[in-house]
Amino acid sequence: MPDAQRRERLLRVLKTVTTQPLPADDEESLFESGLLDSFALPDLVSALEQEFSIKVPDRDLNPRKFDSISRIDTYLQDRAS
Amino acid sequence: MPAFLHGFGMHVPERVVTNAEMALRVERTAEWIEGACGIRERRWAAVKASVADLAIASAHDCLARTGVAASSLGLIIVASGSARPGFPGPAAEVAVRLGLESTPAIDLPMASAGSLFGMAMAAQMAEHFGDVLVIGAEKMSAVIESAVLDPNTAILFGDGAGAVLVSARPGPWEILDAVLHSDGQYRDALAFDWSAPLRMDGLSVILQAARKLPSAINEVLTRQKMAVGDVTQFLLHQANQNLLVRVAKSLGVPAERVYSNVARYGNTSSASMLIAAAEWSQANPAPGPVVFSAFGAGFHWGALLARSV
Repeated sequence: MPDAQRRERLLRVLKTVTTQPLPADDEESLFESGLLDSFALPDLVSALEQEFSIKVPDRDLNPRKFDSISRIDTYLQDRAS
Repeated sequence: MPAFLHGFGMHVPERVVTNAEMALRVERTAEWIEGACGIRERRWAAVKASVADLAIASAHDCLARTGVAASSLGLIIVASGSARPGFPGPAAEVAVRLGLESTPAIDLPMASAGSLFGMAMAAQMAEHFGDVLVIGAEKMSAVIESAVLDPNTAILFGDGAGAVLVSARPGPWEILDAVLHSDGQYRDALAFDWSAPLRMDGLSVILQAARKLPSAINEVLTRQKMAVGDVTQFLLHQANQNLLVRVAKSLGVPAERVYSNVARYGNTSSASMLIAAAEWSQANPAPGPVVFSAFGAGFHWGALLARSV
């Protein structure tokens, strides 16, 4: 999947789990910015699984992997490779 | 050899700590507290009350409801994550205050999932020991008062105790199966040892709990060739209303199928699931399968399936 397409789908998923505007900086912490809280995070993981047809295993349930757009994109890229 | 649940008991202290009172302690508003966790009030025990005091009260309630004399108990299991450190734990005191001088009494120093693990162990041990009284008892107010806590954590907890009688004798609910799991790599994500404030990595705890509770429930149901839709009631550790709602959503069941009293008692850790069961059972529930499930510090989690006989 092209990087731009994956990122576009990721941003679409993020918009379904938060009402706040997404950060302009892909490195910005989604938790520290208040965009994601502890209850939105499980929703995000489930939405990613559905959108990208993947199963996030328990060993990957580390909040740091989902802390920024950049980190989530890297995770999705790793899963696709 | 099958095992059966004969009945439940509970005790919560009289003192109600409202969100308005808690708001003054944590410099938040009552509305913020309720929005964050769905809790409106919790019960706190007297300063001098011990975990054993709470446990005894729930034991008496359970024995009265089931019509079983304390003298006929073959084993006592007391789960608590907030009992004072050192030895002996509260189980020995509970036993002797029930008038038992040689009946084995086991401590499970486990928060949150302790009573679920105790029930699963009792189901295996009842054939050998006879009637087993499982108690979850917590004085979480002592944990809160022991140090300056993060407001996000301090608002959650309450005191109380729940109990259940497990026996090989036929009773109202037959235990069909149980699954238990532990993963110690997350042991620092939720921890307390009286030397420092309770530590809780909320992101990690909620993420794991939101996934592992439905997973354990589905695991035990699948093993018994049953579906989520077959279950009439889910009795879960009352951690946080937002978590209970998410578990219901993950399971694909209406939120009311997951029993909730967290608004009135807060998170009473290992006591909460049995307090919920005691309230649920007293309301003459519809017959059918029921699933108990809990997740907590360790991480420890699991599910137990029973059906009305």
